[in-house]
Amino acid sequence: MNIHEYQAKAILRNFGVPVPEGHVVYNTNSARDWAKRLGDGPWAVKAQIHAGGRGKGGGVKIAKTADEVKQYARDMFGMTLVTHQTGPEGKIVKRVLIEQGCDIADEFYVSFLVDRATDKVTLMASAEGGMDIEEVAAKTPEKLFFEAIDPVVGLTAFQARKVAFKLGFAIPQVKQAVPLLMNLYKAFVEADCSLLEINPLVLTGAGDLLCLDAKINFDENALFRHIRIRDLRDYDEEDPMEIEASQYDLSYIALDGNIGCMVNGAGLAMATMDIIQHYGASPANFLDVGGGATIERVTEAFKIILSDDKVEGILVNIFGGIMKCDVIATGVVEAAKQVGVKVPLVVRLEGTNVALGKKILAESGVDIVSADGMADAAQKIVNAVKG
Amino acid sequence: MSILIDKNTKVITQGITGATGLFHAQGAREYGTQMVGGVTPGKGGQEIDGFPIFNTVEEAIAATGANASVIYVPPIGSADAIMEAVDAGIELVICITEGVPVLDMVKVKKYMEGKNCRLIGPNCPGVITPGECKIGIMPGYIHKPGPVGVVSRSGTLTYEAVWQLTSRDIGQTSCVGIGGDPVNGTSHLDTLKMFEADPETKAVIMIGEIGGDAEEQAAEFVRDHMTKPVAAFIAGATAPAGKRMGHAGAIISGGKGDAASKKAFLRECGISVADSPAEMAEALLKIWQP
Repeated sequence: MNIHEYQAKAILRNFGVPVPEGHVVYNTNSARDWAKRLGDGPWAVKAQIHAGGRGKGGGVKIAKTADEVKQYARDMFGMTLVTHQTGPEGKIVKRVLIEQGCDIADEFYVSFLVDRATDKVTLMASAEGGMDIEEVAAKTPEKLFFEAIDPVVGLTAFQARKVAFKLGFAIPQVKQAVPLLMNLYKAFVEADCSLLEINPLVLTGAGDLLCLDAKINFDENALFRHIRIRDLRDYDEEDPMEIEASQYDLSYIALDGNIGCMVNGAGLAMATMDIIQHYGASPANFLDVGGGATIERVTEAFKIILSDDKVEGILVNIFGGIMKCDVIATGVVEAAKQVGVKVPLVVRLEGTNVALGKKILAESGVDIVSADGMADAAQKIVNAVKG
Repeated sequence: MSILIDKNTKVITQGITGATGLFHAQGAREYGTQMVGGVTPGKGGQEIDGFPIFNTVEEAIAATGANASVIYVPPIGSADAIMEAVDAGIELVICITEGVPVLDMVKVKKYMEGKNCRLIGPNCPGVITPGECKIGIMPGYIHKPGPVGVVSRSGTLTYEAVWQLTSRDIGQTSCVGIGGDPVNGTSHLDTLKMFEADPETKAVIMIGEIGGDAEEQAAEFVRDHMTKPVAAFIAGATAPAGKRMGHAGAIISGGKGDAASKKAFLRECGISVADSPAEMAEALLKIWQP
């Protein structure tokens, strides 16, 4: 789960991490008021969307007067902000962060994430702040520093010091960096983050370290123990169909193609998308109906797939393990009748009671093409859609 | 021979009084697995469908001689259940539960350092040695005993591979679902080492996914140390970057871990890579005959 920058900064502030004073606003008038309340200018006016690269798209401005704050906020509200992370359709700005400006002497990069190679939370840092860190990693990997953190003792002071010295800090900044890094780690662990990124961490003209931007992703699996964090979810930032799907325990992700997929199991669902592409077409979605493909869930899955008008055909691929194929076949037939599937529908069933399942499909009176194996199924739906 | 489990494995089920735990304990028993009991704190001394229930893993081992445990405990208690089994001296712990917080697993991995225990999962279908022992949620009948080892992150995609083998009358030594989470107990590499050491296993199918570099590490082992032929498939060629496709581990970040680069590296290491998931068995048969 992602949250906005202003929400991430509020969390970090609670952990004693230095962030700029600021306030989120939802309309132009309060933008000016809040700017004045924050003190003298300059101010940063920052569009709040769940994507990076906002500055290049006009989503971050520096205002010298309160009137400029108002003007920039007015420009931003309702604008469709397109960055390299939003996709070409962009995102509409509904929240704007007004922040006290600061003078920047230098910029750094700091992040925490779970490293799959070491099975530990790892601190990653670079003196190349403000840049795209993937680019730094690709071009100058020697400028990235790593510290793997022992989960029992946590980030130690000496590790934080090591990183601070490697970043080239002078003694006064090292003294600030150690508690700053340790508090960031504390926030990461206590809030069950999957990513905590500060880019840039700035050194101000006055010699202070400050987290000028903050990005936090949370581990979805841990949200059950963080009710307050769950409430930070901004549904405007998410695909409405994905939200709808999650209410039925369906895992759905919209894609650009024209063949809708319904599959049980995440790995098989990815493989089904791959085989569609292998035969020259593109999947319209990823959809995992999970282990219990009941009539209700299959019905909802059909509705969600068909609500995408790009869909010109549907491929159902179920490997009935514990689930019996006759039960699944009945579910698919009932759901197809209820929803009224008008595009070509290819169903591939395998597993327990497969013969009975195929018989149910054949005798259903619903226009369903039955397939043997994944290759046959993919070819049939690709041909039907091209046909 | 086989890896991890065989007909002598004695299994307890942690979370046996939950609907899922009981259902799969019954299924495993029908398959012929020695399912010797279960653990549900507070229900010790009772019995459920012929399975004796114990309050703790320690008691269960003392009474049954169990050497393996399968966990169906919900995510909130999964990590604790794993550590309890490790502490009690269980040699093999298989955690089926999906949705375990990743930082819980970071702690579990640290806890397990230096302990004589292997963990499979979490978020996995389990392990089966066809004809001898089934621990987990996979349908037993699609498997048959034979010479091929199968290792995969995914459940249903593993069934797909197994079915392709069985349909061609090729059996399996053991099939291991290592799970789709970023931090898990056993890797592709660990499993390949076991298959290499197992005299009955003559060839291996490895099913990988986008994200991370576990498949690449396994491929280096194949290149440098493995004497047995390996075929592979990598799922997720069509997955867009930054999107989590059901498996928390299957996410491309920063241009790393995409399917094309993984496939290319696996081929460089001498692995026969299937371009289509329908051709996993065929990819193996290109380089090996039973």
